[in-house]
Amino acid sequence: MIDNLSLALMLVGAGFFLAGTLGLVRFPDVYTRLHALTKADNLGLGLIVLGLMLQAESVATAGKLLFIWLLLLAASASASQLIASWAQDNGLLPWRG
Amino acid sequence: MTSSLLFALVGVGLIGLGLYALIIRGHLLRKVLAFNVTSSGIFLVLAGLARGGAAAESDPVPQAMVLTGIVIAVAATAFALALMLALRQATGRTRLDDSDEA
Amino acid sequence: MAWVALLPLAVDGVLALMLLWLAWRALSSPDLFRAVVLFIAFGLVLSLAWVRLEAADIALAEAALGAGVTGALLLGALASLQKPVVTDTEPAPTASEAMPQADESKAPCCSTSALLRVGQAPSSSVRTPAETAPGHHRLDDAKVAQASVAVRGMLALLLLGLLGGLAFTLFSLPEPTPGLAQKVSERLVDSGVEHPVTAVLLNFRGYDTLLELAVLLLALIAVWSLASAPRFTDSDPEPALVELCRLLAPLMILVAAYLVWVGAHAPGGAFQAGSVLGAAGVLLRLSGMRVPPGATGWPLRLALLAGVAVFACIGLAPVMLGEPLLAYPSGWAKPLILAIELTATLSIGVILAALFIGGRP
Repeated sequence: MIDNLSLALMLVGAGFFLAGTLGLVRFPDVYTRLHALTKADNLGLGLIVLGLMLQAESVATAGKLLFIWLLLLAASASASQLIASWAQDNGLLPWRG
Repeated sequence: MTSSLLFALVGVGLIGLGLYALIIRGHLLRKVLAFNVTSSGIFLVLAGLARGGAAAESDPVPQAMVLTGIVIAVAATAFALALMLALRQATGRTRLDDSDEA
Repeated sequence: MAWVALLPLAVDGVLALMLLWLAWRALSSPDLFRAVVLFIAFGLVLSLAWVRLEAADIALAEAALGAGVTGALLLGALASLQKPVVTDTEPAPTASEAMPQADESKAPCCSTSALLRVGQAPSSSVRTPAETAPGHHRLDDAKVAQASVAVRGMLALLLLGLLGGLAFTLFSLPEPTPGLAQKVSERLVDSGVEHPVTAVLLNFRGYDTLLELAVLLLALIAVWSLASAPRFTDSDPEPALVELCRLLAPLMILVAAYLVWVGAHAPGGAFQAGSVLGAAGVLLRLSGMRVPPGATGWPLRLALLAGVAVFACIGLAPVMLGEPLLAYPSGWAKPLILAIELTATLSIGVILAALFIGGRP
């Protein structure tokens, strides 16, 4: 039961990763690509981590997995802001149309 | 074909790719990249074989050697990049004199 | 279902293909920035491969050093390549008169803005190298004269021959490969630690590790002898980066301490911990922190030397008592190894951060 639940969560998370990667490859400019990547980073990894937490053998391991996700949230948010800020400073205009 | 043999073969392929790029490419930064790829390939061959048969314990000595090798590769990369920047500062070029490859 | 047994091999096959493809694309990409980013991705996939090969120590080291620190070094060098070559005839005395150079956290930067700022600096001559395209972040190789097809073909054939020989050797190795795993596990109890890789690194092959620390220090001395550290303006770095650094730097120090401690009985150890410390140093540097001038004298030198010095002293002490080099007295192995690892972690972290800075203080 737990195994099926964590498998389902990880599959949905992998689906979000796939969507994010598709966005990274197909979207027209930097800003929209960053939007796509946040889906993969935040939601996709969150679901996968949740699925793994159900499989963890101790509360400490589950806590460490959660911590990994929180750290990644902070890092990817900062990295996205830095990339978008550099793009704006260097005159890359958002895609219109 | 066990997975350790597969990764060792990948390592051989990486050695080939890295050596080819190291010789053909002229830009020094590309040579540094190629050197790093080659050393990664060598590490894969070395430690890919460390994982013995499926039941045996993995051999720690090649793993320790690869760990040492990774650190040495980082040190060598840093030095090579500093040399490249010093060459550029002195002559304005990022290629060695006798090379006109792409 | 027989194909389920093949799933692990399929995963390994996908990883193997990704490694080869990423390496090929990184080496053949015409844009240098793209090549470096692909190389970093290659390093991260390689650490996944190490996990599949049950070498968790190498996976940690590859992710932190091979992808992280090497990637930072390459991107820093790329950022320096984008600035025009300036030869200043006199050193600027104060920070406010220092040559303004683009903030490394915005690498790759726009070199026209750097050109404009540099043009106002006194008594300097500017040479723009042929390779950089001003105002553009792509670094294309300008010279497209290619080696003749014959040379490339011959080189490819020679390499294929070499690779074929290597592959043939791999296939003809006995399976399972005889190794030293058994000998190590026999003497593991005497080594002072419970993790075989740490025991090999710091006890059985401690000599290699001592020389490795010395090589790191030598690389730093060489880098210092080539250039002095680039001076930065007083412009504020990005607030997001500063906040991230404020959050992450204490965490990274904690993680480094944990890695050193856990290296005694699980994958971890001094090199992984030192590389996390080095990454913390890189992050601090990028978010604008400067080492105060008083600390760049003997405190810095002491931190750099501590690893090699402590290891060498512990290793040479037995020689003076008639024992072989690096023979830890029985029962003392664990505290000595801990002392060596702690100082080595500090030294490795400071050396890596100093290598990223790229010049003497």
